[in-house]
Amino acid sequence: MAKAAMIPIENGNLLAGLRQFLRQVLARPEIAAVLVPCQLPMKAMVMPTLVSDPERLSAANPLAPAFPLNAARMVSRLTRKEAGGTIVAVLRACEIRAFIELVKLRQARWEELIIVGIDCLGAYTNKDFFRIGDEDVEAFTGRFVQSALDGRDGEVDGVVLAPACQVCTDPIPNGADLVIGLLGADTGRALPVAAATEKGASLLEQLDLPGGKMPEAREAAMTDWVNRRRSKREAMGEATRSLTDSLEKLTAYLATCINCYNCRVACPVCYCRECVFVTDVFDHEPCQYLGWAGRKGAVKMPTDTVFYHLTRLAHMGTACVGCGQCANACPNDIPLAELFITASAPLQEAFDYHPGRSLDEKPPLAEFREEEFEEVVGIK
Amino acid sequence: MNDFEPTIIAFVCNWCTYTAADLAGTSRLSYPPNVRLVRVMCTGMVDPQYVLKALLEGADGVLVSGCHPGDCHYINGNFKARRRIKLLKALLPQFGFAPQRLRLTWIGASDGIEFARVMQELVEQVRELGPSEAKMKMVI
Repeated sequence: MAKAAMIPIENGNLLAGLRQFLRQVLARPEIAAVLVPCQLPMKAMVMPTLVSDPERLSAANPLAPAFPLNAARMVSRLTRKEAGGTIVAVLRACEIRAFIELVKLRQARWEELIIVGIDCLGAYTNKDFFRIGDEDVEAFTGRFVQSALDGRDGEVDGVVLAPACQVCTDPIPNGADLVIGLLGADTGRALPVAAATEKGASLLEQLDLPGGKMPEAREAAMTDWVNRRRSKREAMGEATRSLTDSLEKLTAYLATCINCYNCRVACPVCYCRECVFVTDVFDHEPCQYLGWAGRKGAVKMPTDTVFYHLTRLAHMGTACVGCGQCANACPNDIPLAELFITASAPLQEAFDYHPGRSLDEKPPLAEFREEEFEEVVGIK
Repeated sequence: MNDFEPTIIAFVCNWCTYTAADLAGTSRLSYPPNVRLVRVMCTGMVDPQYVLKALLEGADGVLVSGCHPGDCHYINGNFKARRRIKLLKALLPQFGFAPQRLRLTWIGASDGIEFARVMQELVEQVRELGPSEAKMKMVI
């Protein structure tokens, strides 16, 4: 870490402190805009918003347990070509990982972008977040943050984190240019912000902030946090495996899928510009369906459901960042996050690949070595 | 079980394994008719999706076979294929597919005898495994 500073917090109001910090960032002449989750003026909802007017940052709310989409896709839209100005994006840890995967796939660029990551407290599913109804989002966010930092894992009024967030072992925004720490911090007074890259350091130097450092309690808080999550993740993996360890069980698991492909649209790392499942390849001839029905006695329609999910796993499994947006997008509540997180782990392990960890690690299927994996060759 | 005849889909590359199959034929070597060859230009073009489709449609085994390392006519397609097979072998057993149902071999253009031997052995192995679950159940 090159440099660290403190973001002053008054009266324990974290959002006010973060907004002030973002206003200072946006005041820099080299920064054109800030992409940050903002409360919508017309509804109790929080969406990624590209802000160029500092006044509008009063709606910024990067701590709300709302996660309507993985914003890596939005950053990809903003950065795939030169935009004509530097953007600062406030992202969750899994959004940063997805963004890094997209950069590797040349679907995003980091050149005119500075990423600010905040220790992620997780989020609710969309359906759960909507349940807060007309309650003031800002006040609710305060209760949520308190619950998360008090060790209640973000539970408020019986509403708990989304399944993917409950088992997330990577809530620390590694990879960000600037990291804002919540874990182990004395959040009543100030939040530490540390530069992890040259780009982050040079921005931080320009801001008028008191010096500081990451708290010593941070390491221990992180370890404790990750250990708690890890045991939950293992339990989830075991439960999911026992529900899907045969083709018949997997078919039952996916039985309510209607091939809407929302999970693929929501997936930040499903990288094809046009998915093969919406091309002519799957525009089967009518006689083909009759053929299938004739051979098997009956065929469920739409067809190719298990095929679709297995293909997606084969295509993006090594890049799955575990954000859980697939489950968020499912209209029939199929527990896809559990399935994709569980089934992707052995794929990532097979190639010792950690999606979103480093730009230097190429996607496993984009490279090869001449001498490797001899064990998969031959019929012995 | 004795009357079970396995179906094996083999994706073979144009330049090596398909040529070996051709050689086996012109040499009048026999191999079991259970193997259905799908000729592709290179094993490097075999998307994991093709293998999944074959298995879900009820193939009892899938073989991907190409040139020996260093012999690929597109320089490195077979190395790419090997990674994809590695991936599928990490994926499929999670859902109950026996890993032996998916095989990767290198069979060079002059290996007609080797081709016939591998096909015979492969069919016997898959016969031992019995019919695949996808064949017996309604998979959707």
